[in-house]
Amino acid sequence: MYRYDQYDLELLEQRTAQFRDQVARRLSGALSEEEFLPLRLQNGLYLQRHAYMLRVAIPYGTLSANQLRVLAEIAERWDRGYGHFTTRQNVQFNWIHLEDAPDIMDRLAEAEMHAIQTSGNVVRNITTEQFAGVAADEVMDPRPLAEILRQWSTMNPEFAFLPRKFKIAISSSATDRAAVKAHDVGLYLYRGEQGEALLKVLVGGGLGRTPMLGTVIREALPWRHLTTYVEAVLRVYNRHGRRDNKYKARIKILVQALGADAFSTEVEREWEQIKDSPATITKAEYLRVAAHFAQPPYADAEGDAAIVAAQRQASPAFARWCRRNVHAHQVAGYACVTLSTKPGMAAPPGDVTSAQMRAVADWAEQYGFGEIRVSHEQNLILPDVRQRDLYALWQEAEAAGLATANIGLLTDVIACPGGDYCSLANARSIPVAQAIQARFQNLDFLHDLGELSLNISGCVNACGHHHLGNIGVLGVDKNGEEWYQVTLGGNQGLEAAIGKVIGRAFRAEEMPDVIDKIVATFCTHRAGDESFSETYTRIGLAPFKERVYAQEGV
Amino acid sequence: MKHIIRVLPAGADIVVDEWLLLHDSETALSRLAEHAMQRVILPLPLWRTLRDGTESFDPSSTGVWIASDDEYEDVACELLDLPLIAVDFPSFRDGRGYSVAYLLRTRYGFRGELRAIGDVLRDQLFYMRRCGFDSFEVRADKDIRDALKGLAAYTIRYQGSVDDPVPLFRKRAEAAPSLPDEHWEP
Ligand code: SF4
Repeated sequence: MYRYDQYDLELLEQRTAQFRDQVARRLSGALSEEEFLPLRLQNGLYLQRHAYMLRVAIPYGTLSANQLRVLAEIAERWDRGYGHFTTRQNVQFNWIHLEDAPDIMDRLAEAEMHAIQTSGNVVRNITTEQFAGVAADEVMDPRPLAEILRQWSTMNPEFAFLPRKFKIAISSSATDRAAVKAHDVGLYLYRGEQGEALLKVLVGGGLGRTPMLGTVIREALPWRHLTTYVEAVLRVYNRHGRRDNKYKARIKILVQALGADAFSTEVEREWEQIKDSPATITKAEYLRVAAHFAQPPYADAEGDAAIVAAQRQASPAFARWCRRNVHAHQVAGYACVTLSTKPGMAAPPGDVTSAQMRAVADWAEQYGFGEIRVSHEQNLILPDVRQRDLYALWQEAEAAGLATANIGLLTDVIACPGGDYCSLANARSIPVAQAIQARFQNLDFLHDLGELSLNISGCVNACGHHHLGNIGVLGVDKNGEEWYQVTLGGNQGLEAAIGKVIGRAFRAEEMPDVIDKIVATFCTHRAGDESFSETYTRIGLAPFKERVYAQEGV
Repeated sequence: MKHIIRVLPAGADIVVDEWLLLHDSETALSRLAEHAMQRVILPLPLWRTLRDGTESFDPSSTGVWIASDDEYEDVACELLDLPLIAVDFPSFRDGRGYSVAYLLRTRYGFRGELRAIGDVLRDQLFYMRRCGFDSFEVRADKDIRDALKGLAAYTIRYQGSVDDPVPLFRKRAEAAPSLPDEHWEP
């Protein structure tokens, strides 16, 4: 993974020193809360319902074992012994005191981590997929360009006060595991006919109040022009994006207002002016960064497959875990393992305790090359596990509560922190997630249902990506009460789609029954091995709606 | 006497403001007469009117300020001859002025004094400086001496901008042997 050199370190030192001074000026009153607000947001600090929340950046979801241990330490020293992994591959601490924040930043910096631009109207953490560099279906490793983009966007002076937040994702595999189409700028990295590295650029995706999928504005952009092209997009947005209404300020509204063609023309015109500027990426820089992502020294592990096959035979529970939580690796005899943070009642989705973080860090070293990934589904991944070690790892993960065999299944619920923490929430997410998880505990049944995503957001900001869930749940406020609106038919990946609202909203207590009926409808209409989304595409919303509202005589 | 921060070759310092900023187009005309001998910064719309009109005004003692939603590009080439252009930040959270400054400096090649006015605060000065501003009218209720510190916060910059168009990675590479680049693919 990327390691800091003296420049990266120095910049981070200057940043933490500046932040310490800003906090001191806030505490002394020299800075008003209004003036301090964007400064603390650009350092990842939100004021939540009970305390400050600190969102630490995990660039493109990659952590070292040591970094994860530092996160465990922070959770213990300054929080309540756990952290929450987010759909943007970051981690959040919920119980932070402002006075402690500068010390936490220093501790992070010692481990080459920070919270820069994890919030605020700036370019946020660059995300990619959790299996970057190891996925069997990968075209190219997207991490070098993600890191180059991270550096380009970090403290970019022209774009520190954009109309609204700005999210960029990059993916380069047969399937899109990074929700590229739901980003302000989405990038698909692929090979051209001559083997050249090219980018397809999408703009204007985003969830929130007005969910939209990105539109392609540029095909076949040579890789070395990535930063200048993004600069052109941002300059057009910074100048022309709306600033009068928070809900109309994302770039998607500008793209919609101008039309994708006119927007693209505008960007191209700007880009022509800066196309070959010194910001153009060089071979030397690509190679310098890519060297950090060189393959680790894999062993010759071809024989491992036979060992696992026998173990799977012997233990159906292990076999089930392998089916859901083990992902194909580029190198024979290796596998990627997803540790589920969705055990059900035992912990809210994405929450991981300090003890668990330390255990995961240990496994990363013992069974891998010391690296951990975070998925946007809020799970943790060990990217390089030898197959012969899978069984031992599974047993340890079982004991630590991280081996629920439910990746991609109904109980692998994606949920934002919701009303239990978030001051913007209309409703709580966690109790609803857990009530649904409790209803569907039978793993055999879940496995039979197959891939089925359930996403929950506590308000229209859509941090739980509910629009993209096969089943989406959105907390809404009705006269001060918590209600939940259900959408069906959302999808992520290359076939991304935004879910449709099924009908009137429900009370929290109704939710497990509602999900039950949706699942039952699927089972009734399912043809063969169809996935939920295939069945939904075939039969549409009506049969689900009919069943869910049956007793109301709809 | 009003003071501003001015960046000169010798460094940034607090200096006496030699310009009179006329905020309001309506009252500016009468005040213009009052201050006939002084250097004034006019709102862009008023400058357009004067330029098109018959009244003569001295371009060498006239500056223009651009509001964040002013269209200025049709007259950008004429503005280049002015000794000073100011860009207004109606709120420090409104970042349009950064792009305006960047474009004035790089696209149009403005060489005169480029001043940030409005909600100009210590913690944004570094970014403003990077985008090409070289003078700052710090918000009146703030300690300008304290604000000056905002320019010194950083010595490292990842990306190029007006102050230094060469990104860090090209400097990192100076130590390494240069590689023929053009047709290389990862
Ligand atoms: S979706 Fe709403 S409630 Fe949930 S974390 Fe985001 S802002 Fe908070």
